[in-house]
Amino acid sequence: MGFKLSNIEFNDIIKELSKNHKVYAPKRVESRGRFSDTDLILYKEIEAVEEIVYDKKSTYSPKEIITPITQTMFYFNEDGYKEANIDDKKIVIFIRPCDINALRRLDTIFLKNGDTEDYYYKRLREKVTIIMIECKESFENCFCVSMKSNKTEKYDLAVRISDEGVLCTSNTKEFTELLSKYKEVDFKPKFVKKNINVVNVPNITDINKEIFNHEMWDEFNARCIACGRCTTTCSTCTCFNTTDLHYDDNPNSGERRRTWASCHIDGFTTMAGGHNFRKDNASRMRFKAMHKIYDYQKRFGENMCVGCSRCDDICPQYIKFSSTINKISNVLKEGGKDGK
Amino acid sequence: MENNELIPKKHKILDVYAQTDLDITYIVEYHGPLVVGTFLQVSIPRVGEAPISVSDFGDGFVELTIRKVGTLTDEIYNLNKGDYMYLRGPYGNGFDINQYKNKHLIVVTGGTGLAPVKQLVNYFSDNKNEVKKFDILLGFKSPKDVLFKDSIAKWKKNANVIVTVDSANALKTWDDKEGLVTEFISEFKVKDIDEVEVIVVGSPLMMKFTVLEFLKRGIPKSKIWVSFERKMSCGVGKCGHCKIDDTYVCVDGPVFDFVKGETLID
Repeated sequence: MGFKLSNIEFNDIIKELSKNHKVYAPKRVESRGRFSDTDLILYKEIEAVEEIVYDKKSTYSPKEIITPITQTMFYFNEDGYKEANIDDKKIVIFIRPCDINALRRLDTIFLKNGDTEDYYYKRLREKVTIIMIECKESFENCFCVSMKSNKTEKYDLAVRISDEGVLCTSNTKEFTELLSKYKEVDFKPKFVKKNINVVNVPNITDINKEIFNHEMWDEFNARCIACGRCTTTCSTCTCFNTTDLHYDDNPNSGERRRTWASCHIDGFTTMAGGHNFRKDNASRMRFKAMHKIYDYQKRFGENMCVGCSRCDDICPQYIKFSSTINKISNVLKEGGKDGK
Repeated sequence: MENNELIPKKHKILDVYAQTDLDITYIVEYHGPLVVGTFLQVSIPRVGEAPISVSDFGDGFVELTIRKVGTLTDEIYNLNKGDYMYLRGPYGNGFDINQYKNKHLIVVTGGTGLAPVKQLVNYFSDNKNEVKKFDILLGFKSPKDVLFKDSIAKWKKNANVIVTVDSANALKTWDDKEGLVTEFISEFKVKDIDEVEVIVVGSPLMMKFTVLEFLKRGIPKSKIWVSFERKMSCGVGKCGHCKIDDTYVCVDGPVFDFVKGETLID
């Protein structure tokens, strides 16, 4: 069962939600894209359904709403600490199936790994209501089917947006009530069944020690420039740095912040004294690739990569992560040895 | 704010001792359980935070031995008795002292690698009837880098202790050994391999070559224990800096037997 709403009617729903929610969706930022005369599609607050870019992949994932790029953890002065506040409003996110699946990876790292739940993640995550945007078809480079993240039932509301209006179906009492006065229709969201980009994901039991030292990684010393863009666009990268800053007018007062970090960028493993565990770009690429398709699964039971392919879309050196995965599978098929 | 693990707490510095020109030991007021081999996140608000091994502890205090080697430790170096540092933790698994009881225990450390095992060495030196045999090999760069001199003098009475420096720079007063720790491992006579437990803590290179020496002598990987030094930042398994393969050094380690340690390719 579902409901059909005109854009004007759906905007009433957004208006209603906006009373106590911040409503985020992929939104166009004109001429800020990667190439000249292209647009950037970013998660931003919206007021109307017409602002939602539903027919393109967003350049960045919605993760920045719950793991902000930079986040103040607490303020300090001579007397002690004050925890940074967050907005009282709850959060609604229009989000695609792969990104909903990515959200489960974020939950795993921040809430399940280690003995404690991450305080800063939890207090934002608890506020989130999920409106799934149906993917009518696969976008360029997507390989969600290969990563088994094309489908999900984990949404509060699912929508099919078009210029003619919005079809939706609810998984919660709240949304069903909110929508009850609108026209009932048959609607079930469809999921992408096939991507053009098919990726052969290796079985983790086939991964051997040799692949870590294989010469296949060497090409990345020349190609990868360690800019870290792949990790900033990645919907599942969660690493962060913690840094303090103090205010010029009173050096004893300041704040501690958490900021996105990337395993590709210099300093990620550098300890005081200068010892750096992964110096070259090839070993950083190997580290990231193995995390996404091997060791995360070994620890948590599913692959980290969801196949959104934003890393492939954004790489200034045209490195395709999907091809890298295929390359790993091919090397393993050949026995994984290169005589090194 | 009570359940916010990441907010450090203010602790008073009770005493300060210089160990070397660069290493200082701080005795800091601390109440609560601690385990040898674990670490604390030490903060100076406005400068930052770093993981520091617990080098000793007792009733109402923790001892931290800190080398002046980076931005934060440069700042810690200026702290005096009566000043405060900010702590959170403890984090990590630490050493299980029962693992080594009634065994032939061999401890090999390089430089500040002695700090995380100092309390364990102290324990077995004070309770020497709890180990069958106790060999200690401590390596330092030069005579002026030797840490915990008083403790070493005490250990020498209760265990077989070898102290060596990479180079004594022709110092006449140096009566201990000269050379890398790897050159002295042959001095330990192992009677029964089943009874041996080996602990190796130092820089990544030191640990690699020291462990190799023990493997060459037939000591099984499961009886060799190492403590990994990595860039632990959050300490609670979230920030990703210390991850190697599927292992988070901060929560799964830093202490591993070499069966596991060997599989960790950075």
